[in-house]
Amino acid sequence: MKRYLIGRVGQALLVLWGAYTITYFILYLLPGDTLAIMLSASGMEADGLSPEDLAKARAYYGLDRGLFEQYFDLLWRAVHGDLGQSLSLGRPVTALLAERLPQTLALAGLAIVLSLLGGVGLAYLTAYLQWRPLKTALTRLPSLGFSVPVFWMGLLLIQVFAFGLGWFPATGSQGFASLVLPAVTLAIPSAAVYAQVLQRGFQGVWQEPYIATAFAKGLSRAQVQARHGLRNAALPLLTLIGLQVGNTVSGAVLVETIFSRNGVGRLAQEAVLRQDIPVVLAVVAVSAAAFVLVNLIVDLLYPWLDPRIAHTAKVS
Amino acid sequence: MTTDIRLYTAGDAAPVPAWKRRTRWQRLQQAVAPLLRRPGFSLALLVVLFALLAALAPHWLSSFAPYATSPADKLSAPSAVHWFGTDELGRDLYTRVVYGARLSVQAALLAVAIALLGGLGIGVLAGFAGGRLDAALMRLVDVLLALPGLLLALAIVTAIGFGTVPVAIAVGVGIIPGFARTTRAEVLRIKTLPYVEAARLGGASWLRTLLRHVLPNAWGPVAVLATLDFGAAILATAGLSFLGFGAAPPAAEWGTLIASGRHFLITAPWVSLLPGLFVVAVVFSLNHLARSAEEHAR
Repeated sequence: MKRYLIGRVGQALLVLWGAYTITYFILYLLPGDTLAIMLSASGMEADGLSPEDLAKARAYYGLDRGLFEQYFDLLWRAVHGDLGQSLSLGRPVTALLAERLPQTLALAGLAIVLSLLGGVGLAYLTAYLQWRPLKTALTRLPSLGFSVPVFWMGLLLIQVFAFGLGWFPATGSQGFASLVLPAVTLAIPSAAVYAQVLQRGFQGVWQEPYIATAFAKGLSRAQVQARHGLRNAALPLLTLIGLQVGNTVSGAVLVETIFSRNGVGRLAQEAVLRQDIPVVLAVVAVSAAAFVLVNLIVDLLYPWLDPRIAHTAKVS
Repeated sequence: MTTDIRLYTAGDAAPVPAWKRRTRWQRLQQAVAPLLRRPGFSLALLVVLFALLAALAPHWLSSFAPYATSPADKLSAPSAVHWFGTDELGRDLYTRVVYGARLSVQAALLAVAIALLGGLGIGVLAGFAGGRLDAALMRLVDVLLALPGLLLALAIVTAIGFGTVPVAIAVGVGIIPGFARTTRAEVLRIKTLPYVEAARLGGASWLRTLLRHVLPNAWGPVAVLATLDFGAAILATAGLSFLGFGAAPPAAEWGTLIASGRHFLITAPWVSLLPGLFVVAVVFSLNHLARSAEEHAR
């Protein structure tokens, strides 16, 4: 078990390093002069400065060194918790992240809980109902759920619940009420994925011999579904929760922009608009870290929840 | 000998036609016919074809000009003349959605093409080569999967600039890992089948085996994934345009249309909601087609 644990953590760290490296090389290797971007971000033109000043600025920001030298320096400092300086805001990226992260964590956390409730609830209902037309309609519903653009859903919810009914504030990041609409918007695509997988899971489980045995024992349909159906059908959901973290983070960028919430997603959007490369790199690195961490937890929970696979579980 | 011939022609008035291999077209027809009998499938196909037609020849579907402003009837509600209403400059929204299909569908097609090329390349290489190369490529795919799609796209867009083509490239790179995994799994499955072995024993080179025997049989799941990802690419490009990294505002593009309509959400909700509904219809239809094809194949 200890070896599995060490191997799994090592793999997670390797993936994280790979993600950081790929993002770094995408951002710094592709065309675009970093210094020119930095200057235009602070409202200056690169052409208006003398070559000596440009060279001095390059030396100051360490841009005159080799690509790999810069990379190792950046990586070394990132490992020590220093993610560099924002180009447009002139503040340490770590401070910016620390300020914005709680907002996004609250949003993502509530969204994950809501998506699980919604997805499992829908699939459970679909499996329990026996009236054909309704069952078919509910089976089609998840497919609609992930066909809807997140930002459009957000606008629709604002229109109906904020402007139409006036139940929740349309924008802002104060208090719990302002968290409800964004979280629901963010939860819908993930809930659709959970519901679809669980619906298929129920279809598969329903054919199993132990279900027939449970019915033969004299259990009611509701009891069979709750005790024997759900627990077996729900296992694949665990892996899926880990994989959905990426979608949740992606969705958070859109949702925070629509609902004008001061979270990490909006920080990323603004950073890209201002071409603030250190901030973009930091946000991507942090979200990759979140993905890796959640998947690590899921993998470590798996053998405990499903002893059948024990620690021969292969992570692919 | 002469009698033989006479007997043959006299006795067989209608000779039994020789067995012929079904043509590609016939096989396609026989595969699709049961699907077309389902109303849902036909409807979804119609919506997708409408979107494709709009991308190719938008002027056939609308008589208005997409950029012609008429301030007199700005922000008018949907009616018989203006099916989706008009926007803040009096431009007909239905027309703009139809013309917007060109940019959006092209961007999505480009993204899927990039993903297909990259994903098929990595998947086939990993599945065929095996060993260390396979392990290395799959670790690369793991790393790409760990980067949330939209954020990876944002990083690429930061580096190569804004606009429809950069956004399409960024979205395409984001869906490569999925394709690579599916292709690799299929290649690994097919590689062990008897007909591949037979082709190799018959003297076919690896390349020929790959192109003639493995790829045509690996195509099914990859095509289903491509259809699904076409819808996902439409959503992703629309999302990036919505954030302001795609086509600049005067251009008619689905994401940009929805984004510019959100400022009038209180007074004229249709300006952003109806174009969005159209996008939902197209993506839902694509998903439905992919799912029906998948269920049919099973």
